[in-house]
Amino acid sequence: MQNKYTDWKQALRSGLLGGAIIVLLSLIGIVTAFNKTFIITKVLTFGELLLLGPIIVFSFVAIRKAATKSPGFLLLTGAIAGLASGLVLIALVGVGQLINLRAMFVNASDDLYAIYSYNQTLFFGMILRLAVSGLTGLMTAGFFRLPARIKQALGQALLYIIMMGLMSKLIGTVIASWGFVSLLFEWMFARSGLSIVGAVVIFLLVGGLTYWRYGRPKARLVRDPKKQQLVRWGTLGGLGILILLLPSILGMWFSEILDNVGLFILMGLGLNIVVGFAGLLDLGYVAFYAIGAYTIGVLTSPELGFFNMTFWQAFPFAILVAVAAGILLGLPILKMRGDYLAIVTLGFGEIIRLLALSDWLKPWLGGTQGIQRIAKPVIGIGNFSIQLESQQQLYYLILAGIVIVAFIAIRLRDSRLGRTWMALREDEDVAVAMGINHVATKLTAFAMGAIFSGIGGTIFAAKLGSIYPSSFMFLVSINILSLIIVGGMGSIPGVFVGALALMGLPEVLREFAEYRYLFYGAALVAMMLAKPEGLWPEARHKLELHEAEAPPPQESEPAATSA
Amino acid sequence: MFRTWRQRVTFSDIMVWIIGLAIGVVVVWGTISTIQSGKYSAESWFDLIVKGLALGGVYALIAMGYTLVYGILRMINFAHSEVFMSGPVTAVFLANALAASGFLNKQPLLSILAIALLSMLVSMTVAILVERIAYRPLRNAPRLVPLITAIGASFFLQYTFRGFYGSGFQAYPTIDALAGSWKIGTVQLYKTQAVVIMAAIVLMFLLYAIVMWSKLGKAMRAVSEDREAAALMGIDADKIIVFTFALGGAAAGIGGILYILLFPIAHFYMGFIPGLKAFTAAVLGGIGNVPGAFLGSMVLGLIESLGPNLFLDGLGIPNASQLKDALAFIILVFILIFRPSGILGERTAQTKA
Repeated sequence: MQNKYTDWKQALRSGLLGGAIIVLLSLIGIVTAFNKTFIITKVLTFGELLLLGPIIVFSFVAIRKAATKSPGFLLLTGAIAGLASGLVLIALVGVGQLINLRAMFVNASDDLYAIYSYNQTLFFGMILRLAVSGLTGLMTAGFFRLPARIKQALGQALLYIIMMGLMSKLIGTVIASWGFVSLLFEWMFARSGLSIVGAVVIFLLVGGLTYWRYGRPKARLVRDPKKQQLVRWGTLGGLGILILLLPSILGMWFSEILDNVGLFILMGLGLNIVVGFAGLLDLGYVAFYAIGAYTIGVLTSPELGFFNMTFWQAFPFAILVAVAAGILLGLPILKMRGDYLAIVTLGFGEIIRLLALSDWLKPWLGGTQGIQRIAKPVIGIGNFSIQLESQQQLYYLILAGIVIVAFIAIRLRDSRLGRTWMALREDEDVAVAMGINHVATKLTAFAMGAIFSGIGGTIFAAKLGSIYPSSFMFLVSINILSLIIVGGMGSIPGVFVGALALMGLPEVLREFAEYRYLFYGAALVAMMLAKPEGLWPEARHKLELHEAEAPPPQESEPAATSA
Repeated sequence: MFRTWRQRVTFSDIMVWIIGLAIGVVVVWGTISTIQSGKYSAESWFDLIVKGLALGGVYALIAMGYTLVYGILRMINFAHSEVFMSGPVTAVFLANALAASGFLNKQPLLSILAIALLSMLVSMTVAILVERIAYRPLRNAPRLVPLITAIGASFFLQYTFRGFYGSGFQAYPTIDALAGSWKIGTVQLYKTQAVVIMAAIVLMFLLYAIVMWSKLGKAMRAVSEDREAAALMGIDADKIIVFTFALGGAAAGIGGILYILLFPIAHFYMGFIPGLKAFTAAVLGGIGNVPGAFLGSMVLGLIESLGPNLFLDGLGIPNASQLKDALAFIILVFILIFRPSGILGERTAQTKA
C-alpha cells in the first residue's frame, strides 16, 4: 500500500474517505437528528461529534502511516486530511444548492446545511467549516506527537466524557430511582448531556488517574496463594449478591431488559451446545423457543380451554415436546453438512412459525391472535406460595434457570459426551472412524439444545402472559447465533458476555431511537473485525487461532492490522 | 464394503425414510384429491404456473449472488438480500422522474434499460463495498465469523437506506406497454410475467456464459476450485473475488427490477423475503452450481405458486396460501433427504462444507 501512494496522496485519500463517511452519516439523517442531543451541554452536540469524529479517525490513520516522517510533515498530513474532508462537505452543500437533492435524499435539507455552516450565512459558514475541519486534522497530528503517557490520559478522558455524555439520559433514569442519593450526582448532568462542571470533573478524574497509573505495575494486593483463593471467592460472592440485588438497584425498566438478556442467555447456552460444541449450524433455533412457549400456552390457557394446567404441571410436557421436536428435526439432517444444514434448520423455524400463524391450526394455536392468559408460575406450598408476576420477581426465576442450565452445560462440556461433540465438530469423518456414534451424538446435541431453548420459551410465555407468532421471527435465531459467536464460539462465559453485549446494547442504544439498529449492525461488524475469536473465547479456540497466526507470516494485510 | 443391505441401513435411515415417505404420501394424496375435486380449471393452473415461473426467474437472479459467492468463499452472504434491495429502492427515483417527464411511456424499452442499469450499478457498488469492509479482513477467520459480519452489514444497510430515502413505501410508475395481457386461446398471459420470464432466462444464460466461457469466469472457477493453486497460476484471487461479488450484485440489481415488474413497490425491508427464498433456491439446486441455482429457483417458484392449491387444497386446509412458505421448506427437506446436496449438487459438497 505504502509504495502505491505517495504520502500526501495517502493523506488526501484518507481525508476524502472521512468526508465521504460524514456525508453518509448526514444523508442517513443522524447528524440532523442528534443536533439537539448534547454531550456536554451547550458546548458539544452528538451531531457535531459525528461531523468531527470521522475526520479525527481518518486523519489519525493517515498520520500513523506516515509516522516515521518529520513532525512538520505529520502536521501537514493532518491538515491535508482535515481540509479534504471539509472540501467534501462543501461539495455536498454546493451540489445541494444547484439541484434539489431532497427529492431523493430525505435528509439533504436546509437544516443539514445550516448545521454544516454553524447557522451562519452559507458562504461564510462553509469557510468556517473548512477551517474547523483542517484544524481538527492538525490537532489530531498534534495529539499524535504527544508523549505516550499524556496521549493515553487525554484519550481516555475524552472517551469517558463522550461515553458518559451519550449515556447521560440512561444514567439519569437509573440514578433517579435511588432517592436522595441521586442529589449527589445531580450537578454532573444537565437537561441534555453532561454539565460543563461534570465534564471537567470527569476529565480531571479519568485523565489524572490514567496518567498516574501509566507505566506502574499492577499492584497485587495479596501475594499468598491461599489468600488469593479467598479473595477470588470473596469477589465471586460479592458479584453473586450484586446479581441478586440488581433488579432493586436498577428499577423496573432495567429489570425488563435484564429479563430479556436472561432469556437470551438461556437460549444462548443451548445453541452453544449445538453450534459451539457440536458444530452444527442451526439457523432455526427459535423453533424450540416457540414450541416451549406454545406448549405452555396450549396446556395452561383457559381461553383455549383444553387442559387448564398450572405452569409447573405443564412444564415437563413443554420440555418433552421440545425434545421430541429436536429429535424430529435432527433426524433428516443427520447426513447434511454445513450450509445445507443451516437452510433446513432455518426452514424448520419458519415452518413452526407459519403453522402457528395459519388459519388451519387456529382452533388449537390461536392463529394471529395468539394465546392469552397463560398461567404464571407459582412458587411455594399452600399459604406460603407466591405467584411470580412482576419483572423483578421473574428475574429470579430466570436467574435460577440460568444457574441450573449453565451448570448442566459446564458439566456436559467436560463429560465424555462433550468431548465427542467437539470431536465431531473438528472432523466428522475422523470422529466416526474413531468409533463415535455420530447419530446419537448429533441427536443428543439437538435434544439438549431444544431443552434449553424450550425452558426459555416457557418462561417467556409465563412472563408475557400471552404469545403471538410474531414473537418467534427468524430474527430471534439470528440474534442468538450472533450472541454466541460474538461471545466466542463454544465458550460458556462467552454466552453471558455476548448476551449482555448484544441484547443489552440495543436497549442501551434506545437513546438513538430509530437509528439503533444502524449502530447495532455497525457494532456487530466492528466487534467481529476487531476480535474474530469473540469477546471471551474458549481457551482452546484462542490457542488455535493464534497458532495459525503466529508462525507463518501470512500474506500481509495492512487493512487487518491497521484498521 | 461388501455388506448386506441390512448392515448398511441403520435405524436412523429408516426413520428418515419414513419422514420422507410421509411427506411424499401427503403431497400425492393432496394432489389427487385436489384434481378429483375439479375446483380449478386448466386456465387457472396455467396462470399459477406462469406466475411461479416468473417468481422463479427473479429468485434465480438473486440466487446467483449466493451461489457464486458460496462457490468461491464457502460462505453464506447474508447481506445479499440487502444488495438486492438497494438497487430497486434507488432506481425508483429515476423511474418516477422518467414517468413525470413522459419519457417512460414514449420509450418504454429504453427507460426500463436505464432503470435496470442504475439498479444494477447501485447493487454492484453495495456488493463490492460489503466485500471490502465486512468480508475481506476476515478471509482467514473461522467460518461463522463472516456470517455474523454479514448479518451486521445487513442491518446496517437496511437502516442506511431507510435513512436515505425515508421509511415509506415508494410505488413504481406503471408502464403502459406492459399493462394488460395477451390472449392465447383460452388462457391469459400477463405481459409483465412473460417479460420477466424471458428476461430471466436470457440473463441466466448470459451469466452462465460469463462463468463458463469468459476468461474472468474461468479464473473464478479456478479460484473456487483451489485458491492457492490459482494464485500460483497468476490469478489475483482478491480481484476475482471482487469480480464475483460484482457479478452477483449486478444480477441481484437486475433481478430487483424484474421483481418490481411483478410487485411494483420499493421499500427498505423488501429484500428480506426474496433473499431468503433465493438462498433456499440456491441450496435446493445445489449451492455453488449455476444451473442448479436456476433449476432450484424455478422449482421453488412453482412450489410456491402451485403448491398451496395443488397439495393442500385437497386436504381441506383453509387459506392454504398462508402456508406456501412452510410448504416450500417442507419440500426442501423432502428433496434434501433424498439428495443431501441439492438437485444438481456435486457429491463432493458433502465433504467440502
